[in-house]
Amino acid sequence: MLLIHCPHCGPRDEGEFTCGGESHIQRPALSASAEDWAEYLFLRHNPAGVTYERWRHTFGCERWFNVARCTVSHRIEAVYAMTEAKPDIA
Amino acid sequence: MTRLPTGGLIDRSKAVRFRFNGRDYAGHPGDTLASALLANGVRLIGRSFKYHRPRGIMAAGAEEANALVQLGSGSSAEPNLKATQVPLRDGLEATSVNCWPGPRFDLRGINQLASPLLIAGFYYKTFMWPSWHLFEGPIRRAAGLGLAPEGPDPDRYVHAHARHDVIVVGGGPAGLAAAHDAALAGGSVLLVESDFELGGSALWRPEVEVAPAIAALRAMANVTILTRTEVFGYYDHNSLAAVETVMAGDGPRQRLWKLRAGKVIIATGAIERPLVFAGNDRPGVMLASAAQAYVQRYGVLPGHRIVIATNNDSTKEVASVLTAAGASVDVVDSRRGLSVTHAKGALGVKAARLSDGRTLPCDLLLMSGGWSPVVHLFSQSGGSLRYDDTIAAFVPAVARQPVECVGGAAGDLGDLNIEPEWETPGSGKKFVDFANDVTARDIAIAASENYRSVEHLKRYTTLGMGSDQGKTSNVNGLALMGELTGRAPGNVGTTKFRPPYNPVTFGALAGPLVGTLHTPIKCLPAHAWHAEQGAVFEEHGRWIRPTAYPRSGESWEAAAQREALEARTSAVLFDGSPLGKIEVCGPDAAVFLDRIYVGTASTLKPGRSRYGLMLSEHGVIVDDGIFVRLAEDRFLVHTTSGGADRIALAMEEWLQCEWTDLRVAILPATSQWAVMTVSGPGARQMIADVGTDIDLADFPHMAFREGTVAGFAARVLRASFTGEASYEISVAARHATALAQRFGRAGAVPIGVEALNILRTEKGYLHIGVDTDGTTLPDDVGMAGPIAKKASDFVGRRSLLRDDAAREDRLQLVGLLSDGPMLTVGSQVLAPGGTVPGPSDGHVTSAVFSPTLGRPIAMGLVRRGRSRKGEVVELYDMGTRLKATIVDPVFVDKAGEKLNG
Ligand SMILES: [Zn+2]
Repeated sequence: MLLIHCPHCGPRDEGEFTCGGESHIQRPALSASAEDWAEYLFLRHNPAGVTYERWRHTFGCERWFNVARCTVSHRIEAVYAMTEAKPDIA
Repeated sequence: MTRLPTGGLIDRSKAVRFRFNGRDYAGHPGDTLASALLANGVRLIGRSFKYHRPRGIMAAGAEEANALVQLGSGSSAEPNLKATQVPLRDGLEATSVNCWPGPRFDLRGINQLASPLLIAGFYYKTFMWPSWHLFEGPIRRAAGLGLAPEGPDPDRYVHAHARHDVIVVGGGPAGLAAAHDAALAGGSVLLVESDFELGGSALWRPEVEVAPAIAALRAMANVTILTRTEVFGYYDHNSLAAVETVMAGDGPRQRLWKLRAGKVIIATGAIERPLVFAGNDRPGVMLASAAQAYVQRYGVLPGHRIVIATNNDSTKEVASVLTAAGASVDVVDSRRGLSVTHAKGALGVKAARLSDGRTLPCDLLLMSGGWSPVVHLFSQSGGSLRYDDTIAAFVPAVARQPVECVGGAAGDLGDLNIEPEWETPGSGKKFVDFANDVTARDIAIAASENYRSVEHLKRYTTLGMGSDQGKTSNVNGLALMGELTGRAPGNVGTTKFRPPYNPVTFGALAGPLVGTLHTPIKCLPAHAWHAEQGAVFEEHGRWIRPTAYPRSGESWEAAAQREALEARTSAVLFDGSPLGKIEVCGPDAAVFLDRIYVGTASTLKPGRSRYGLMLSEHGVIVDDGIFVRLAEDRFLVHTTSGGADRIALAMEEWLQCEWTDLRVAILPATSQWAVMTVSGPGARQMIADVGTDIDLADFPHMAFREGTVAGFAARVLRASFTGEASYEISVAARHATALAQRFGRAGAVPIGVEALNILRTEKGYLHIGVDTDGTTLPDDVGMAGPIAKKASDFVGRRSLLRDDAAREDRLQLVGLLSDGPMLTVGSQVLAPGGTVPGPSDGHVTSAVFSPTLGRPIAMGLVRRGRSRKGEVVELYDMGTRLKATIVDPVFVDKAGEKLNG
């Protein structure tokens, strides 16, 4: 059970949240090639290391935000707004 | 009787009555079921899992692998509890598991004769052909454990959350000291102990003084102590799960704790290991420290003529305790070249045969193969283990979370001087895993068949997979594998320890979230009125809704036929309150909906509505509905009843995550509004009859008006799912019943979900998720029209340009008319040639008997269906073949004259 710091509500149990999958995926324009569109639909990073995801505080403020999480140590490296750029985590 | 006249932590002034296998016994407060049975001379407790061998009590704590019992009966039965962990209480009823008719004479013991068949991997080897399922039933009956409770659990369970600066797991000497140190630092401390008494090993080693530490902790305000509470899981971010057995009268039976700690201290001690010699599973063969525990804690001397087989120094203390209690004790020490090779005696040990050929008569054979620190929680936390040669055991190495092990759990076991002899020479069944009947020979077979990795060893032999999770067997098993394959135990390694440390009841895990607290049921605001009208209710997407309103002597199917006909001829009332209602507001509301829906919202005028399909990014239809423009910057979006919550969430996700620049707010309003739909040729007159200030003469199909109906403020939309002129009248939910009553008095016939299904099928209106599936695109259901007219992008549009979307052989929605009988939903349309099994050309999605046409009608998704109208196809369903003609899916009022009337 992760402890996630909701930017609006503070630290809460993972059970209150919903993971929405990888974040920072650029939605291609209608003119995108079939390959680019397929990549957008289906291809995701699967790092052993820091992964960038969006989470919703479903049983709380219902807001979406970004979480940078290490898939090896389970450490949460950063929590940041949907509009913020991907942080540089060494 | 083997109870000693004095000693122990039991209250001899009180008797506790209990039953075991139908016989009455007595013990004392402070006893466990195991100590009380031993005190009464009961040695034979049950039969083993696979071979049905007689088994007794081998331990005094959580590591017990033999003495499993069933408590209670019927709905409150609890199977497979360790007798060593069951506190004795008045009226306790326990029975053996896995034997019939009883442990002394067990008919299934015949499995022993077939035991060469039941060796490692026998499931895989023996029951491959033709199907495992043919063998599963008899095997499970023969090799089962306790019985599952019958009927719903009568007990209550609760969940609780807590956070502490330090959580100490284990209330033995090391845990008490660690808790005291932590408490002095000032933070909040939680001490958790699985036993009903604090003290751990001090409970059976009275020379270790813990009373002052316990008293000090109880006096500290920042310390919380939980006993009878087992921490069974260690998860991410220092969270722990524990289950507390609550003993108070009418309270919950168990409480599941979800704990989080700044720091965790693991003080779970160590578990003694068995020795691997022939017959080491016989009743009367016991871990050496367990005998010490029975004497010192419970005042029970479990044998009088005792042989101790050992390979380490921890048994010195045991021998002196047993001698002091009056037993005669012989020690057989493999470090001096002498081992016990056989335990003799069928239903209870009678003698020990030694490696020098001698036989020592005995009534208790104790064994100590060394000690294993209880590193389960540390391993669950992600910590790594290393093998420590000096104690011949795995100890904590590198922690991955803020956790520390202390005492026995850290490998602090004193001077053991252990020299392991992992397998004693000699022939016979030498058990490694008592719970799952895994022998040394099984491990040799696994090694010879190349299942050498510890993970393969576990799965091939089931080593460590019993209800004791290998507490006594893991190290012996992997050390034996190491010897067979020339590896040190540390190089074999352990399997990952997984929760739960001890079995947990489903009741505790579910807590209060059962029944309607797990899945809440929603009732219509006018539910009582529907019941008065004789409604038969059914659950539809968590709403309890009227299926039909059968009259006296009428089946619900006949009622639905009658109701559907009424809709075509007079005026009916349908309660559409679950219809999803979402208000989309803000300056960019129209732009937002243009991006969400296939249809265009921005060109819609206030007071008008439009049908919209919603797609996933894969182009697949996920919902449909009608959006109404209430004002320039305000829309009311109707979704399907089942989609109400899901679509609002999806809209929020698009707004918050993708189109963060749009100024739009989403207001879900489904339950605020009740919707009474009046439909049929008489609908307009009926609304006039109940009274309205809306000009019904100037109210075309797909228009929207606000005003009053029957005196209630109402939003009225002319939209139709019946094919008749329909008015969806939304009023505040609290007025639902009053409005329904008014229409009822005016003569409207109530119709249920089933009649609506007939009516919409007659009109060829699709039901998302019924007539569509996870592959259906707009063009497949003939709804690509709006797309060509729309310039801008919307969710899923790019996917409609894929080659796959333009395939000519896609499944398309069509009508199907059988040559007589009803078609069945799910029937397959056979490809030309009609072979079964063979390729499918689609399937039936909706099928009803049309009262309007007096014949069965159906819709289905058929390959190239739209270009095959008039063709007769063959259908197949569960062995029956039928023929049907492909037709247009609109069966009634193709021109839509009634709709606009
Ligand atoms: Zn929040």
